Amino acid sequence: MSVPVVEVRGVTKAFGDAPVLRGIDLAVREHEAVALIGASGSGKSTLLRCIDLLEPIDDGDVLLDGEVVTDPSVDPVKVRRRLGMVFQAFNLFPHLTAIENVALAPVRAQGVAPADARTRAAELLARFGLAGREEERPDRLSGGQQQRVAIARALATQPRALLLDEITSALDPELVGEVLEVVRDLKAQGTTMLLATHEMAFAREVADEVCFLHEGRILERGAPAVVLEEPEQPETQRFLRRLLAARQL
Amino acid sequence: MTAVASPQDRRAYRAAAHRRATRRGVLIAAGSTIVVVGGLVALAVTSPGWDSVRATFFDRAAFAAAFPDVLAGFKLDVALFLLVEIAVLVLGLVVALVRTTRAPALFPIRALLVVFTDVFRGVPTILVVYLVGFGVPALQIKGLPSDPLVLGGIGLTLSYTAYVTEVYRAGIDSVHPTQRQAALALGLTGGQSMRFVVLPQAVRRVLPPLLNDFISLQKDVALVAILGPQEAFRVAQISASSTFNYTPLLAAALLYLCVTIPLARLLDHMQRRGAR
Repeated sequence: MSVPVVEVRGVTKAFGDAPVLRGIDLAVREHEAVALIGASGSGKSTLLRCIDLLEPIDDGDVLLDGEVVTDPSVDPVKVRRRLGMVFQAFNLFPHLTAIENVALAPVRAQGVAPADARTRAAELLARFGLAGREEERPDRLSGGQQQRVAIARALATQPRALLLDEITSALDPELVGEVLEVVRDLKAQGTTMLLATHEMAFAREVADEVCFLHEGRILERGAPAVVLEEPEQPETQRFLRRLLAARQL
Repeated sequence: MTAVASPQDRRAYRAAAHRRATRRGVLIAAGSTIVVVGGLVALAVTSPGWDSVRATFFDRAAFAAAFPDVLAGFKLDVALFLLVEIAVLVLGLVVALVRTTRAPALFPIRALLVVFTDVFRGVPTILVVYLVGFGVPALQIKGLPSDPLVLGGIGLTLSYTAYVTEVYRAGIDSVHPTQRQAALALGLTGGQSMRFVVLPQAVRRVLPPLLNDFISLQKDVALVAILGPQEAFRVAQISASSTFNYTPLLAAALLYLCVTIPLARLLDHMQRRGAR
């Protein structure tokens, strides 16, 4: 079997005395999408941030293409250049236009010529339905458009894998669809992804594997149809029942 | 108004009421201004010393005689102001950046800069100018500047850099940490994140307070007068003490206002724009 693009081995992490991750094992293979589900506070976001080395881990290892990247001798900047991250709150740079947001990292972090970076950024924006909005600043775009710019920005550096942190949770309900459509499109083109999500129908559709996080552990994992429809663990059942009840309100 | 009135009627009725209220507001404002200003002028003009005040402070001939010299002195003020302003902008940013880094090698410099800001923010500017102006030449070290104008400029720069550093620092702290994180996640280094993401946002936010500090710098430039350079206030003072007529000081005051008032309006404009 091939080496996973992203692999997490026994990762633990505590904020002060509060353990957030209590031994996570996970692998995302090339062209695979793995969905992390679980209640708020179960550790999904922290796990993604630890993988992107935005947060130091206490124990265990994160591997990128088989290389241990959590070793202190590894330069975190170089690791982050090989991963793309999209945040729940978009975190676009408000002083830059859409196209400048997308072209910033290729120019500054990868040394791409500005003209080439802009051409590629325009292509990415057009691919996500943002042609004609290149020169807009983020505050002139809708939430859904901003998140699509953020996805384009994360992809501009041609990362090995995308880490998506609840990218639809801050959106108005009617804007969720357009962002999910983009992710669906990326999956169809074989982008390797690890996504934390509350959209179960979507997880079921795009994910190859679903992992249910509960209090810092992966309690249950497997094919989406199994985990989401016939979960074995009582905690998973309870979580899904609650989500379903909330949807029907 | 009756309930059956047409929408057009109601709109016209409301517009008319609105116009009346506006007109009434303008009239009240004008009336109260006339009363207040007129009262103040009457108070001054009817005061027992008014005639002598008018003769010593508002003398047309003395104004005309002193104005060219005061204006020449004021050019020195403006030149000094511009030079000090540029130095303060650059140094303040450097100090702020060093103070926000966490590089261990810079620890002693960071500690020194904390002392620097504490000291120069805490000591009156006039004292700093005085101490630098008379203290540095007293050291008698070769190569140190001895021109009072340069020394005065250095004193002002020290004092204002301490203020402006804190303004920059407040701006940097006001940029949400998720901005830096997003920049790091893209593979930018810490320094690049500061330069391309945090700093541009921080500087934009602190432009009004920076400008505010520069308005006060523009008038504090007059403090170098205590070291001797012939700037506007000094020239006016010399002229006043030789003729016993204080009108030249008024001329100097008017010149300072010619710079500070436009700056203040620019600041208002920027703050209004920032609020939107």
